[in-house]
Amino acid sequence: MSKKKNRNVGIIGIGMTEISSHKENQNQPEMINEAVRAALADAGITMKDIDCVVHGNMELFEMVHQPDMWHAIGTGALGKPSFRITTGGTTGMTLIAASDNLVASGMYDVIMAIGFNKLQEAGSTTGGITNMSDPLWYRHFQTGALTSTSANMTIEEFGEERARRAAMKHRIMMDKHACLNKRAHRRLGLEYNQAEDLMKKSPVLIGELRLIHMCSQSDGACVMIMASEEKAKKISKKPVWIRDHIGVHREETASNVYFPILSENSHRAAARKLFERNGITNPIEYFDVFEMYDPSAWWGIEWLRDFLLLEGDQAIKMVEDGEFDLDGKIPVNPSGGVTASNPISATAMLKPAEVALQIRGDAGDHQLKRKVRHGLASGFGGAMWTELMILEKDLNW
Amino acid sequence: MKRVAICAVAQHQIGSNIWDKRFQGMLMDVLEGVQEQTGFTFGGENGVKNVVTCSDDFFDARTISDNAVNDVVGAANYRGEQKMAQEGLNGIGYAMASILSGHDDVIYLAGHCKESYSVSRNQITNMAYDPFYCRCLGLDYLNAAGLQARAYMGKANITEEQLAKVVVRARQWAARNAYANEKTQLHPGDVMYSSVLCDPIRSLHAYPVSDGAVAMLLASEERAHEFTDNPIWITGFGNCLDSYFMGTRDLASNDTLNNAAGQAYKMAGLKQPRKSINLVEVMDCYAYQQPMWLEGLGLCDEGSGGSFIDEHGPARYNVNLSGGMLAGRPLMIGGLYGVAEAVLQLKGQADEHQASDVNCAVIQSTTGGAGQHQAVVVLER
Repeated sequence: MSKKKNRNVGIIGIGMTEISSHKENQNQPEMINEAVRAALADAGITMKDIDCVVHGNMELFEMVHQPDMWHAIGTGALGKPSFRITTGGTTGMTLIAASDNLVASGMYDVIMAIGFNKLQEAGSTTGGITNMSDPLWYRHFQTGALTSTSANMTIEEFGEERARRAAMKHRIMMDKHACLNKRAHRRLGLEYNQAEDLMKKSPVLIGELRLIHMCSQSDGACVMIMASEEKAKKISKKPVWIRDHIGVHREETASNVYFPILSENSHRAAARKLFERNGITNPIEYFDVFEMYDPSAWWGIEWLRDFLLLEGDQAIKMVEDGEFDLDGKIPVNPSGGVTASNPISATAMLKPAEVALQIRGDAGDHQLKRKVRHGLASGFGGAMWTELMILEKDLNW
Repeated sequence: MKRVAICAVAQHQIGSNIWDKRFQGMLMDVLEGVQEQTGFTFGGENGVKNVVTCSDDFFDARTISDNAVNDVVGAANYRGEQKMAQEGLNGIGYAMASILSGHDDVIYLAGHCKESYSVSRNQITNMAYDPFYCRCLGLDYLNAAGLQARAYMGKANITEEQLAKVVVRARQWAARNAYANEKTQLHPGDVMYSSVLCDPIRSLHAYPVSDGAVAMLLASEERAHEFTDNPIWITGFGNCLDSYFMGTRDLASNDTLNNAAGQAYKMAGLKQPRKSINLVEVMDCYAYQQPMWLEGLGLCDEGSGGSFIDEHGPARYNVNLSGGMLAGRPLMIGGLYGVAEAVLQLKGQADEHQASDVNCAVIQSTTGGAGQHQAVVVLER
């Protein structure tokens, strides 16, 4: 047990809808209900066993104020304690971190967390995200999550040729993983020999960021059920334990105004602090799988270096050598990642959900061949913030 | 169970249109207020590592409204932050859990809402209704309250005179509270003959449009003494969600609040709440809600809210000595202002509206149409 935690918390149920661009046959509570039923069935329990429901999305995307009120008809939260906690892109992960806190506190024994977005109802996700910025100072500059900054920095450091090839290799690898995941949204069937062509012909979104690099906008819901150690052991044959989690913010847009420029990004700061307090000195050796929130292939190759505490061109080299592939040194995003599936407020929950399924051995066609005991999952949100979580098969740390 | 302390609170002066300050500026003021009282920082091993914020995307007209406040709640410097997107009182419950879990030993909590930003708060709460069946009917939190007011007033025999008493009393207490918004004094006749807003709710039965910000520092039992000599303990919390379609609800029923209060009283070990509680802050957005929520909290019998007013029940229990919502508080953080008020009362720092001999306070807040979601906190000295 983590030395500070009041009691251990295990994941005992996982449910998710198929992720797709349009779910015209379901409204929001119906879509959520599908994932709720799947999670309850996975745990082998009913709503009677749930003590509290935690709900989250980005409400301006679907234009429903306090949506947990309407969604009560699909979430099953009627007559129960309930919270609504949101943090933008990290919402899904925050809901699991919050559930960990709520169960560990002793206030609730079994909690259901619900993350969803129905972005088709939003129309333009980029417009919605741009609406995040300060109306006076930044809104005119922002282009939603579309940015070439990461690409420009990577190109400056490693040269055009190497950087562009690495980003495309990561993207095609993600698609190969997604093709094995029947719930993934975009399964394009890309081959590595298409890289040259895609690098030149995929439509440019902004600067070096092309359509092929960027995540989709998706509809979908993910639901997870967490329980105290005592209940988890009773209810589940294969509970997956939440060892620790950390949230780290670094405001990019306003940092020049209010704070000195901070050198370390929030991902590296989160990884450094989380690994240090858990005595993990070599994350690549320690973890058997890493589900990373990679909104674009450029961010993917940049952030692998930060999360895994690598230096110089170590991460790029690992991409080139296939070390993040399903049979590589540390498999990354066996689910296909965010470039394949992005129902935003469920996206960051799909990360710990996939890690937990891998640890249980229930991931299906994209199940890793190796034994999975230690997993890492990340979420990304806001202008720049990180949620990072360690999941374990055994209660032995 | 271990206890969690509220070490200090800071309230921003509430106004109906604070046009000369952005919400960031208001949050900066309350942050500095809490830091001055406690000396807490965000740095080092013992600094605050996680922050809970309360705000609303619709009222702020921003996706991810907490993104805009990261700097002024201290999170932008490598700290964690999570936004309670329900009424702020639920943020107290969540911050309490974060400390009890062992993940944190100090949490900074801050909420803001500027209702004056929006053209119409009813337009915003209309968006809480599903886009297919209810939104197009024009349902919003005001006319949902109108339906509930009619049902409850019938059940509890509430009269216009009693509602006028509630509003007149709220303004009297507000006049003594430095942070309150609407302090104009009223005669019962002013209330009883004010224009009808949404039958049977009259314009003076409704809380005024309000802007505000409030912040506080919470700490574990082990660390509270570092920040205050006079900690106030959160001993109980509960919340509960009712069904959505109003046609499936008994609008005059307090089942959901009974449930939330029951959880909070059980956690606090209050076996006889009527005997233990001596300070109450209820979220009375509309005058009928004050007696209704007092029934729901178990401070008077079901259906007796009207006679409770005539028998000076609200004075006996020190109900809303701040003036409450009826004197103006922003919708999303009304409960947090209630906590701030109760903390000052329990610390003996409520100045001109200080009650005597108070040691156990209950604070209630609600989210959603006609009290669909209810939250209750118990604080003790």
